[in-house]
Amino acid sequence: MSIRLRVNGTEHELDVDPEMPLLWALRDVLTLTGTKYGCGQALCGACVVHIDGAAVRSCVTPVRRAEGREVMTIEGLSPDGSHPLQKAWVDLAVPQCGFCQAGQIMTAAALLAKKPKPTDAEIDQSLAGNLCRCGTYTRIRSAVKKAAGLPNE
Amino acid sequence: MSAPTMQDLRIRLSRRSVLEGLGLVAAGLGLEVVLPSRAYAGPMPTSLPEVPTEGLRANVFVHVAPDGLVTIVCHRSEMGQGVRSSLPVLIADELGADMAHVKVVQGDGDEAYGDQNTDGSSSVRKIFDDLRYAGATARTMLVAVAAKRWKVSPAECEARDHAVFHKGTQRVLKFGELATDAAKLKVPEKQAVTLRPRSELKHLGKELPLLDGPDIVTGRAVFGADVKLPGMLTAVIARPPVAGGKVARYDATKALAVPGVRKVVELPAATKPFLFQPLGGLAVVADNTWAAMRGRAVLDVTWEGGDNATYDSEAYREQLLAVISKPGNVVRNVGDAEAALAKAATRVQATYNTPHLAHAPMEPPTAVARVEHGTCEVWAPTQDPQTARSEVAKAVGLDPSKVMLHVTLLGGGFGRKSKPDYVVEAALVAKAVGAPVRVQWTREDDVRHDYYHSTSAQRLEAGLDASGKVVAWHQRIAFPPIGSTFADATFAGAGEMGQGIVDLPLAIPAIRMENCEARAHTRIGWLRSVANIYHAFAVQSFIDELAHAKGADPRDTLLEVMGPSRIVTLKELGVAKVPNYGQSLDEHPVDTTRLRRVIERVTGLARWDERKQQGRALGLAAHRSFLTYVAVVVSVVKDANDHIRVDEAWIVADAGTIVNMERVRAQMEGAVVFGLSLGLYGAITMKDGATVESNFRDYRLARIAETPKKIHVDIIPSDGRPGGIGEPGVPPVAPALANAVFALTGTRVRELPLVKSVKV
Repeated sequence: MSIRLRVNGTEHELDVDPEMPLLWALRDVLTLTGTKYGCGQALCGACVVHIDGAAVRSCVTPVRRAEGREVMTIEGLSPDGSHPLQKAWVDLAVPQCGFCQAGQIMTAAALLAKKPKPTDAEIDQSLAGNLCRCGTYTRIRSAVKKAAGLPNE
Repeated sequence: MSAPTMQDLRIRLSRRSVLEGLGLVAAGLGLEVVLPSRAYAGPMPTSLPEVPTEGLRANVFVHVAPDGLVTIVCHRSEMGQGVRSSLPVLIADELGADMAHVKVVQGDGDEAYGDQNTDGSSSVRKIFDDLRYAGATARTMLVAVAAKRWKVSPAECEARDHAVFHKGTQRVLKFGELATDAAKLKVPEKQAVTLRPRSELKHLGKELPLLDGPDIVTGRAVFGADVKLPGMLTAVIARPPVAGGKVARYDATKALAVPGVRKVVELPAATKPFLFQPLGGLAVVADNTWAAMRGRAVLDVTWEGGDNATYDSEAYREQLLAVISKPGNVVRNVGDAEAALAKAATRVQATYNTPHLAHAPMEPPTAVARVEHGTCEVWAPTQDPQTARSEVAKAVGLDPSKVMLHVTLLGGGFGRKSKPDYVVEAALVAKAVGAPVRVQWTREDDVRHDYYHSTSAQRLEAGLDASGKVVAWHQRIAFPPIGSTFADATFAGAGEMGQGIVDLPLAIPAIRMENCEARAHTRIGWLRSVANIYHAFAVQSFIDELAHAKGADPRDTLLEVMGPSRIVTLKELGVAKVPNYGQSLDEHPVDTTRLRRVIERVTGLARWDERKQQGRALGLAAHRSFLTYVAVVVSVVKDANDHIRVDEAWIVADAGTIVNMERVRAQMEGAVVFGLSLGLYGAITMKDGATVESNFRDYRLARIAETPKKIHVDIIPSDGRPGGIGEPGVPPVAPALANAVFALTGTRVRELPLVKSVKV
């Protein structure tokens, strides 16, 4: 069965098991490897992408759910790494190993799209599902605020 | 790409010279040396840059091309500690290169680089000067050519900004203009190379840019699972639930019926000692990851448990408590602790327990391998590329020279990825199916088949005299040792006892420490800061208990027990030697001046003396590990639901000379969170020999809301010899947390994780 979806603005027709999680369709079929596998159970957030602007966990989202919809991955967030979050992430040297950061950034991007000036509690709440084993959380908070143009007291 | 064999790329240099460290330079072989690396520099490691043949190759680390491009190899693995952003800059500074014209490439697994094992917080502390010589040697050669062209003495020339300058006349020759002639020179002996004065290393100790930052935030960075080869298949492996178990019987019919599944391959069962062997089991090989996972889910398999099948970590906890109720091997003795305890006015005794832990790097183990034409090529996120390479060679029956091991970025390591069992799996499966294969561990695989951090029990007893002075210290320690993974060891090894036991400064006239027997029933491995975790937890908690027993301030008691400023001698320690993390005690003594300084500094920053007026509950701990001194203060509060929350933390480190201040600060921030994860939640339990936990639902890690609002990092300025960075921040965190919880609630937590006994 073939599934039509748009990924980062490009139309694709995939001949895959419709139950295949979107994560594996992106990684294995479309070779968009910026989206990461971390847990497979929506527990860590490494696989977060946007479907029609909403943050979803692609590891538990069957690819059929993206049928006819617009998927955005970290590769599509900006053409050149110029999204305010990407710039803030680099400026504050947020990443350590970097493996979780695409998911962190995509989650934060969905938050800022909805709430351009989030409170500290909203940042924590929004990113509660994104684990970072290296422990970069304090810098993640600062970078979200920086991207939002908020003071980091 | 057409994969050349490693043989084509081998460098002509003797093994002996490699074993002498950078002896390859001294041996004068440098000019014939080809960079052994075909490592990836850019997005896809499958399109590797060709090794340049022109220009100056002073040694395996540095190449200067005629067009001016300087290529520097990072031979250590990047797992978040920032090694790729740090070591190449140190080499470039010695050379006088401008980082804008430097390309950093990742070194393959090759003995030509010397020790590549990215473990033990060793990448700066053990090779700081060696790497400087690598840059300085190339500089010396470029300067020699310039001096000759100008007919002046090399002493009149200086290398900076990617060029050589004649000081008197300000004539300039760019590095690129000198490279071809420099390549014709004999590589100078080490004695003929002079390191720059520290003041000329212009980036040393500065906040350096994060090399891979732009690739990481755009999704271009290549981790292990991101490598894709033409015709590559994916394997997911069903491993025996019990370490040392094996397949009794299986039926692959249903698995093979899953669309996309190609083959089911039985792997050889592991035998003791486990070493770096894969655990065996059944590999389900498929066109994609999803098909492989689905195939594994319907695999019909019956396991045989083997002799670890009765392991129960709860029952084992009781066994360890029984073990420490009896004497063990004395590893440290000063005075007569028994007599001193008998005479003491007050005796304080406490027992501490810690559980197994899993590493749980965000990137689960994974590796890609291709075995063809009598060669094997591997891409792996590995901390120890040379061991991975030799283990692969052994497993697939090839000479190591026929195995190429490319190192990708690691999505976290923490010690897990220095055990290459998962890399060997990829090679075995690739060989069995005759196609390139990626082995992908699921999170459940990672949590259930780790080389676990050991579980421990310790009994501490101290005697106080009538004035409250600590006059006796008696400590018994039991945990299944790492040695059990490599031989039939049942006592902790010298290395483990060297992590906060035999090297622990104590200004106490009578000390006895005993190492008690404990047999392992699962794979034991090292995890970020290793045995320091439980040793520091027990010691630093106990000193806090002593403070309360005598009604004194915990900081004052800690300073009193560690003692006055001094270099602590072996005689005072009461031991014949200390492992000292593989480095000399003369160069890296146990120095209480440094320990006292971090304690005084961290308590100053946290306003320790005002905590009662401010109504704050603070806990303190300090520990020397990997030759670095760290003190931590943790502040805890109760939230509206009566749960304990960590709201602020301070960490102060004296790590000697710092290469990259920015990444050092990042490592200390991360160490606090890592320490909080294990202090608050971390526990692996085993039942019937198998791991009970399976994923982040039950193997809990600290999340953003559970992280303090502020983690204050302070690094003591120093030009001393560099210590470790990646690990030493971890050990003081859990005891500081437990001490803070006591300050807040009056509940003394002697067993990790805290979630077992208090509401967190």
